[in-house]
Amino acid sequence: MKPKPRINIIMWGFMGSRLTSSTRCMSTSTKALSRFGWWDRVSPAAKDPITGVTEAFLADTNPHKINLGVGAYRDDEGKPVVLQCVRNAEAKIAGCDFMESNATAVGSKLVEESAKLAYGKDANVVKEGAFAGLQALSGTGACRLFAEFQRRFHPESPIYFPDPTWSNHPNIWRDAQVPVRTFQYYHPVSKGLNFAALMDDIKNAPDASFFLLHPCAHNPTGVDPTVEQWREISYQFKEKSHFPFFDVAYQGFASGDLDMDAQAIRIFLEDGHLIGCAQSFAKNMGLYGHRVGCLSVLCADAKQAVAVKSQLQQIARAMYSNPPIHGLLLVSTILSDPETKALWVKEVKVMANRIQQMRSTLRESLEKLASPLNWEHITNQVGMFCFSGLTADQVDRLVREFHIYLTRDGRMSMAGVTTSNVSYLANAIHEVTRYNREASNVC
Amino acid sequence: MTSTSTMLSLASAPPTASLSVHENLKGRLKLGGGSLSFNKERANPFINTKSFSRISMVAAVKVSRFEGVTMAPPDPILGVSEAFKADNDKKKLNLGVGAYRTEELQPYVLNVVKKAENLMVERGENKEYLPIEGLAAFNKATAELLFGASNPVIKEQRVATVQGLSGTGSLRLAAALIERYFPGAKVLISSPTWGNHKNIFNDARVPWSEYRYYDPKTVGLDFDGMIADIKAAPEGSFVLLHGCAHNPTGIDPTPEQWEKIADVIQEKNHIPFFDVAYQGFASGSLDADAGSVRLFAARGMELLVAQSYSKNLGLYAERIGAINVVCTSADAAARVKSQLKRLARPMYSNPPIHGAKIVANVVGDPTLFNEWKAEMEMMAGRIKNVRQKLYDSLTAKDKSGKDWSFILKQIGMFSFTGLNKAQSDNMTNKWHVYMTKDGRISLAGLSLAKCEYLADAIIDSFHNVS
Repeated sequence: MKPKPRINIIMWGFMGSRLTSSTRCMSTSTKALSRFGWWDRVSPAAKDPITGVTEAFLADTNPHKINLGVGAYRDDEGKPVVLQCVRNAEAKIAGCDFMESNATAVGSKLVEESAKLAYGKDANVVKEGAFAGLQALSGTGACRLFAEFQRRFHPESPIYFPDPTWSNHPNIWRDAQVPVRTFQYYHPVSKGLNFAALMDDIKNAPDASFFLLHPCAHNPTGVDPTVEQWREISYQFKEKSHFPFFDVAYQGFASGDLDMDAQAIRIFLEDGHLIGCAQSFAKNMGLYGHRVGCLSVLCADAKQAVAVKSQLQQIARAMYSNPPIHGLLLVSTILSDPETKALWVKEVKVMANRIQQMRSTLRESLEKLASPLNWEHITNQVGMFCFSGLTADQVDRLVREFHIYLTRDGRMSMAGVTTSNVSYLANAIHEVTRYNREASNVC
Repeated sequence: MTSTSTMLSLASAPPTASLSVHENLKGRLKLGGGSLSFNKERANPFINTKSFSRISMVAAVKVSRFEGVTMAPPDPILGVSEAFKADNDKKKLNLGVGAYRTEELQPYVLNVVKKAENLMVERGENKEYLPIEGLAAFNKATAELLFGASNPVIKEQRVATVQGLSGTGSLRLAAALIERYFPGAKVLISSPTWGNHKNIFNDARVPWSEYRYYDPKTVGLDFDGMIADIKAAPEGSFVLLHGCAHNPTGIDPTPEQWEKIADVIQEKNHIPFFDVAYQGFASGSLDADAGSVRLFAARGMELLVAQSYSKNLGLYAERIGAINVVCTSADAAARVKSQLKRLARPMYSNPPIHGAKIVANVVGDPTLFNEWKAEMEMMAGRIKNVRQKLYDSLTAKDKSGKDWSFILKQIGMFSFTGLNKAQSDNMTNKWHVYMTKDGRISLAGLSLAKCEYLADAIIDSFHNVS
């Protein structure tokens, strides 16, 4: 019996979909049916602005191509790196009988070590256990868990992001049905922090608002507040009873020192804020594909922490049940063994130093080319990214003419710069900017 | 420097109905601004601040924004394992979660998995991000395993496959897709079904209702009820079906019944949505266990299929699975895939590599694949043996004449014993047998050695507790 074709025009119209022919013929099936397609209403999604860059890069066959898109560390040969500490851990755990009963222990270890990393190993909050900690699917997963949790318990509250912020932040909170707002952050003229405007926005936001902060190596700008500025921000947050949520994706990549990079968090802790914190081990341990991170929410006491954790676990259960074990094993193996941990700390410094080196070299090269523009921001900015100030048109030219790939907001991942490609890069940047005085508007 | 009063830019999502689970939180928020208390011991002088002339910052009484958060109820399935661990009795038996155990009741890492992992270490592969849709080699392998490599849906590229975090993650992606593109459409789930299904659809804001499935009188399938309920549902509903080895009952439709189910689904323009968590574990044959899915695909129907490798490759903790959407055209499949990616990105960005590589290596290598098939048969075989022994023990010990043959008729890891909550509690409290309150026991956690003990427990609970 032929089913009636479905004609729910109203629904289709609402979805604003591409309507295609509703007749489909199955060539080989025994009961060929002509009917509409369920997924006719589905239009193609735009490419993700960041991963789309990598896709385009991979498709390019030009020998000079450079990928400055995604924030993934590369060595001086432009190759992905598996840290030695990770290889050591890998060798320890490969092929051995993993006991499921260990999963809880491993997870707890990860949470404990993550908390020490963020809050300081002697922090009271760590000693007292007054925080709800849960392993998460890297930084994204930690943010999403928190966004869902925020929505569940403060359904009316929006989240404030710095302008600009990582392009996936609004997606995460929106899919969690949390309204999204921004506060001023980056000053396009100085290519630094617009501190006065930032403080105004904090003051003008309704009391008890949720704010997302990058504690170091701001993505995409590389612009971080100074320690003094962080103290003022913390003070103002107290005055306004705002909730600070830290997205910690680059601890170690800003200064090369893990503790120094956590300063902002520690200032807030000292001031008594009960913060939330998303941590990622993607970059600083090079565990990108393993999706390992941690979400922690500081609580009034250990009892409340248990309740909060139970709710977070419930949210996770309906999303993916449990996090993948392999990455957790690697991180907990590395952080539990003092020697391996010490090796890790060294390797983080090496990565951070190489990036700092490339920053200096790129800036020098541009200055040597007698670029009319000011490139101080390349070395002023911190972490993996340089917010170059290039316009979308200039970026397009870099892609088309020079096969240099970066996001259209002008964000360059300095991790993709090497000794062998830095001159090519400098020349290309110079080429697309030399006649463009107005765009930058600096001395 | 301009110092205008700043405008906070608004980029808010459309207002939605409040989903607040804890209405009593409203109005109870304490604003910390007015309740700073001075605590001299923890004063924190701002020694280097230039522009601020104010009192020193103190550590205020810690006021949490989440003060009113109550304890979530323990997960009914995972909670069982936790209770089991806490029990010190030597006779204790964990028949809770569906995780395969050897005859020695130890977790089992498949040999092919160890081999694959060693290969991976030798190759020293990197740990870069996977694309949002996951590992291409895995996606190809998993779709082919499900449909068969020569299936028209594969050859015509009509399947949108996206790697997901095991079954749960794949179901969640599908649920999010349904919510976005079929707002208001219902998912029909079997009564009973895996406990987490409801959570997934609830959190994804997809309405659901149940269709009759388990018949307690026969301890079998209420087929007429199932068909009637699927027929009665609004046109264009999603019907969640267990591809094989129904969880929790172990009761699967026969091939003839599957045909009738497909008929009524087509009649009502419903869309079939398969949860395939036990391919290989039902009969021991990977192909045979994909029979129901292939039957529907052969009819030219569009369908959703969530897969998991937790059980059949023992990769529970690696979280590897996939969501497949069979479409009428390659173009539709490409579009659907792009939208699944758009849902995954704000959830976790990209899926974990390790499990994907293991599966791709095992399925992609003929030697390893054959070894896997043998191990799969071994695991399924052990469960079949345990079923037989349990049945034999029950029949021998129980003098009441009760028909225990449902144990043999049921298939897969689980058996629905027909024990009610009180009886299940008795199993735990008196006999230290841990199971879920719906009467489900996981045979994967049962050894031949313990069958007689279990039989005693079941007989006692069944006859002496109401």
